[in-house]
Amino acid sequence: MSDCHGSAALESPPRTGNAPVVAIVGPPNSGKSTLFNRLTGMRQKVANFPGVTVEHHLGRAALPGGGELAIVDLPGVYSLIARSDDERVTHDVLKGLMPGVEKPGAILLILDCTNLGRHLVLAAPVLAIGVPTLVILNMADDLRGRGGQVDAGLIAAQLGAPVALISASKGEGLERVWEFLEKVESGQASVKPRGMELPVLNNVPNCREWAARIGKKGKYRAPVPPIWTRRLDEVFLHPVAGPIVFVLVVLGVFQTIFSGARPIMDALQSAINASGQWVASFLPEGALRSLVADGVWGGVGSVVVFLPQILLLFLFLGILEDSGYLARAALIADRTMARFGLQGKSFIPLLSAYACAVPAIMATRTIENKRDRIATILIAPFMTCSARLPVYTLIIAAFIPNRPLLGPLFGAQAAAMLGLYVLGFAAALGTARVLKSTVLKSSRTPFMLEMPPYRWPTVQSLGLRLVDRGLVFLRRAGTVILLTSLILWALAHLPVVHGHAPQISESIVGTIGHTLEPVIKPLGFNWRIGIGLISSLAAREVIIGTLGTIYGMEGTSHSQSLQAALHHDLTLGGALALLVFFAFAMQCMSTLAVVRRETGSWRWPLIQFSYMWVLAWVCAFATNQLVSIFWT
Amino acid sequence: MQLSVNREASGSVPAEPLPPALCRLAELPAGEQAILEKLDLPEDDARRLMELGFLPGHSVTAARSAPGGDPRVFRVDGSEIALRRETAAHLFVRCGTPKRP
Repeated sequence: MSDCHGSAALESPPRTGNAPVVAIVGPPNSGKSTLFNRLTGMRQKVANFPGVTVEHHLGRAALPGGGELAIVDLPGVYSLIARSDDERVTHDVLKGLMPGVEKPGAILLILDCTNLGRHLVLAAPVLAIGVPTLVILNMADDLRGRGGQVDAGLIAAQLGAPVALISASKGEGLERVWEFLEKVESGQASVKPRGMELPVLNNVPNCREWAARIGKKGKYRAPVPPIWTRRLDEVFLHPVAGPIVFVLVVLGVFQTIFSGARPIMDALQSAINASGQWVASFLPEGALRSLVADGVWGGVGSVVVFLPQILLLFLFLGILEDSGYLARAALIADRTMARFGLQGKSFIPLLSAYACAVPAIMATRTIENKRDRIATILIAPFMTCSARLPVYTLIIAAFIPNRPLLGPLFGAQAAAMLGLYVLGFAAALGTARVLKSTVLKSSRTPFMLEMPPYRWPTVQSLGLRLVDRGLVFLRRAGTVILLTSLILWALAHLPVVHGHAPQISESIVGTIGHTLEPVIKPLGFNWRIGIGLISSLAAREVIIGTLGTIYGMEGTSHSQSLQAALHHDLTLGGALALLVFFAFAMQCMSTLAVVRRETGSWRWPLIQFSYMWVLAWVCAFATNQLVSIFWT
Repeated sequence: MQLSVNREASGSVPAEPLPPALCRLAELPAGEQAILEKLDLPEDDARRLMELGFLPGHSVTAARSAPGGDPRVFRVDGSEIALRRETAAHLFVRCGTPKRP
């Protein structure tokens, strides 16, 4: 399965012998996953907004003393009373109710010490569980930088649990954490008597008072408010400047993705072409050379070209996520979302669907209301995922002239690209409106979103994310796309007649394409596009590989690029219809699989699949007809 | 603890008159601070708001908002939490001066 996100929760848990599993617990955005990544050397996604982790992730920490422990990273919680599906994961793991995960025998409770009073409230129910717990006060660097202080030893005496003051992102103070884990591994970690009794757990004001008393005994001095966050919000949430910045950010991103990546992509294209010819020159003229040149280089190479663009997209998404701007964007967009019956919490999953619908659908776990959650799951695949980006780029570059619109900074091609993103978003909102006023009506749940302070995205975090995304993209190119290209190449050479491969339109591929033609002809597509549509069911960008192979075998791509071949082969109406088709159609098996898993039945994925295909066909048909009428 | 439970809290801003000493948090002008008095929401929602820091007796400051004034960010207990107007209308603060009818 070409899953966008390797999901550790689906793998079998690591074997650990007798040592207990250690759970990382803490409020949202307190740095649990950052610590988890530090301890296990793994790379769970982290970002600067609440609710990034929505499932449990298992990993192993290799201890300095040579031992090994299983660590489980959990979604953030404010208390141990679960309201949403992601919080339920934390609850179930801690109670030992999660299949496949042993009940944790020790806990790392991680709290943001720049807001200790409120975060310590979570210590009460966690300590009440009664297993050895290390209380970690994270973001110590931030606390110091803003003039706050705390005495970890005094806090420890009150809580009856060891306390470590650390900065997980900088890696400072981690010795205390390793020390605790060593004790857990050797069975020496224990629960000590507390200086102060625990409060009544289900009484929030009572717990908060208890936390305040502990803070006072621990000589806690709260830091001054983050001054830069205040200053930036004066701009980003300004009634006039805020929306202007929002629009400029969006336009800038599109223009850069479109034209900024161009030179690197062109260079990559030449390199791939040259290497293909070089390799082919070693092979004898015939089937093998065609397999390598058309099947492998034509298919995989034409997709790999888009790597720089994909990386650029993820760089921008990474900066937006890590800086904390995303939460502000969610705030600005909330009114629009509300008008279409969606709640503000739907916005962040929808934004992450710009990368890929699979993690976006997982991220809907933070939405407490079941019906709101299903509505968000159903519309998420309309958001323009990164797999659509290469398809859009190819067709736009072939058919839309590159005229400057807003001066040299924003051109017609970038505008067309933006238009397609808006189209997907509009389809999502329209669908939400229909769903929320009919089958998925619900009473409104209050919208509460914590605004994280702005932070500088670190080069390391952005770099790791780009490497990971690049590898995922290349792995897909090396597996799904390579495989479909090879199958396609083979089917295009069968059946063999009199010892010769047939003309491509006479082959199995041609026959399938021609059978499809009556259905897709009204959309302005020919049989080659039809084959591309079938193969794009594996993953959207596969269509590029497929077309690369087909045009390659027809001998066009040796003399001209895929872009030029496409321009020659399609009418403007057909090309625009193809763009619209890709904006709406559900062509992703991974998405269907994750929708099935998250909704618990085939009902919703089947409805979603049919609805999106019908919508895609109808709108592509309308586009082709309108363009044919008005453009000739 | 001053927490009244209202099972029918809806999205609309209720119109019934208020006791003279209470103002709706939704009406608190940007930049001003007030002491939270009570949360008039279903128990679940009130609980989550309290976990986020909206506790009776604590001070709340109205900060920046999305264009159009909704949702608004509130500074409470060391963090910034955005609430929609419809929610903030169910939170009551002590008025600085009694409101005119």
